[in-house]
Amino acid sequence: MKLIFERSVADRALTLLPECDVEKTVLPEGMARTQALRLPEVGECDISRHYTELAKCAHGVNDGFYPLGSCTMKYNPKVNEQAAALEGFTEIHPLQPQSTLQGALKALVLSEELLCEITGMDNMSFQPAAGAHGEFAGIMLIKAYHESRGDTKRTKIIVPDSAHGTNPASANMAGYTVVSIPSNEDGCVDIEKLKAAVGEDTAGLMLTNPNTVGVFDKNILEITKIVHEAGGLNYYDGANLNAIMGVVRPGDMGFDVIHLNLHKTFSTPHGGGGPGSGAVGCKSLLTPFLPLPRAIKNGDKYELLTESELSFGRMKEFYGNFLVVIKALTYVLTLGAEGIREAAQIAVLNANYMMHELADCYEMAYPGYCMHEFVMTLENTKKQYGVSAMDVAKSLIDHGIHPPTMYFPLIVHEALMVEPTETESKETLDEAVAALRDIAEMTVNNAEAVISAPHTTPISRPDEVMAARSPKLRYEF
Amino acid sequence: MNIPAELKFTRSHEWIKDLGNGEYEIGISDFAQHELGDLVFVNLPQEGDTITMEEPFADVESVKAVSDIYSPVTAVVKEINEEILDAPETINSGAYDAWFVRVENVTETAELLSAEEYEAFLNEEA
Repeated sequence: MKLIFERSVADRALTLLPECDVEKTVLPEGMARTQALRLPEVGECDISRHYTELAKCAHGVNDGFYPLGSCTMKYNPKVNEQAAALEGFTEIHPLQPQSTLQGALKALVLSEELLCEITGMDNMSFQPAAGAHGEFAGIMLIKAYHESRGDTKRTKIIVPDSAHGTNPASANMAGYTVVSIPSNEDGCVDIEKLKAAVGEDTAGLMLTNPNTVGVFDKNILEITKIVHEAGGLNYYDGANLNAIMGVVRPGDMGFDVIHLNLHKTFSTPHGGGGPGSGAVGCKSLLTPFLPLPRAIKNGDKYELLTESELSFGRMKEFYGNFLVVIKALTYVLTLGAEGIREAAQIAVLNANYMMHELADCYEMAYPGYCMHEFVMTLENTKKQYGVSAMDVAKSLIDHGIHPPTMYFPLIVHEALMVEPTETESKETLDEAVAALRDIAEMTVNNAEAVISAPHTTPISRPDEVMAARSPKLRYEF
Repeated sequence: MNIPAELKFTRSHEWIKDLGNGEYEIGISDFAQHELGDLVFVNLPQEGDTITMEEPFADVESVKAVSDIYSPVTAVVKEINEEILDAPETINSGAYDAWFVRVENVTETAELLSAEEYEAFLNEEA
């Protein structure tokens, strides 16, 4: 297809943008451009067709099954969008007087109350813009806590080797040294290794539960206790909260701080459709350190808390991605307490159903029951037939299914990680199972067809290595 | 499997070569480059940095993942191989020529495997 630059015709114009309704200011001399940007010049009809053509090349939750493990690509109900499009939320400005923002502030306070109820936390900030930003905020809370006590010898954060890569990165960015501990054969925390790793230099532990192999760590109370007894704090990565929301609470498992991906668990768009929201929640001992400003209730009024001596600072301008929080709030209110629990239960049921239906033709990395996702290993298939996890993933595209997460977690070789989510019907799960069984059969009978997939897309396999080594980042006129 | 007899290896798949003048070269094994796949990016320490035995001193990125590279010794970096920064693919095409760093003032050495022991270790793993 043509690039938008290739559709450009000199002096063609359109009037999509509204008239500017505020006073224009002039940039200081020497700072303004002297010639216009070389933007493509196209008519409205051509623009519309261009983006429709691009959209047809993409695959989203609205197109079909999207079992991207660890990403919780659930369907995002349209009612969320309707609520977020209400004028009272869209036609306001963050700098307008607080007395005129009471509804928006109330929505933030209510979101905090409900999400704290679900997670067992005491307070929450919606400032972080996405998951890793929320993780970083969580670790900064732990750091601010230790520093406020003059406890400066705590320089290490413990992270299991099954963790999301963002965990060690966040700890590192906050200035901590990362101690990686190996998992046991069930993919869970090795208690003895944890005991050996903690000490008076332990600032905290970062953990995902259920973990990245889709297993709930049954020793969680002992794990968090070991860290607490060493003087550290426990951080919960909310990536996999979808498996347990409304059933068990991280706060009751001994966690002091969590981040949530509102754009995963609470059904706001993500994966290019964002923006995200990495809300960070904490127990009251960490509340004074939360980033500000934060909406609070004061008597029968809502206001913004803008100052606190101990706050570690600001994560983002204003109050985070506000409309994303409104979408998440709509989701929680729509489902209610029972619905939230049911969503988690069905997410777990769906994953177990698919895992069970595939167990005789794909090798499961951790057989038995899973939580909301399961991990298959193609290691032996690769040895025997030369068909890798990548090949199976590419072949699924021909079946109209988005590939699962590949090559993660790193502790499983040739991993494919499948997370169906609760929003998929049994018919969709059955179709996906049939597609995967079909690919398994093809692997044995006609491996070459799998290795050369996909066959139905405009381009088959992009040269990822070339794209990474010498990317083209701009159009050359 | 290409495992040169004159090199020593770690269980995390790095090799180290004694240059004879108190200096050593460190790189990753042919097995490691094969497992990682096509490399697209390399991060190296700076000259003059002290690197620590069994701790990461560099990382490599393939289209699959980013992986830490562990140092077999505690030593000071005398020189880095700038060629692999510009052309990470040279690690894929010749893992034993594409050294990462040259080090000196070695004060500590991890448990190292001979070529024979490393080959046995790989067979055991496979």
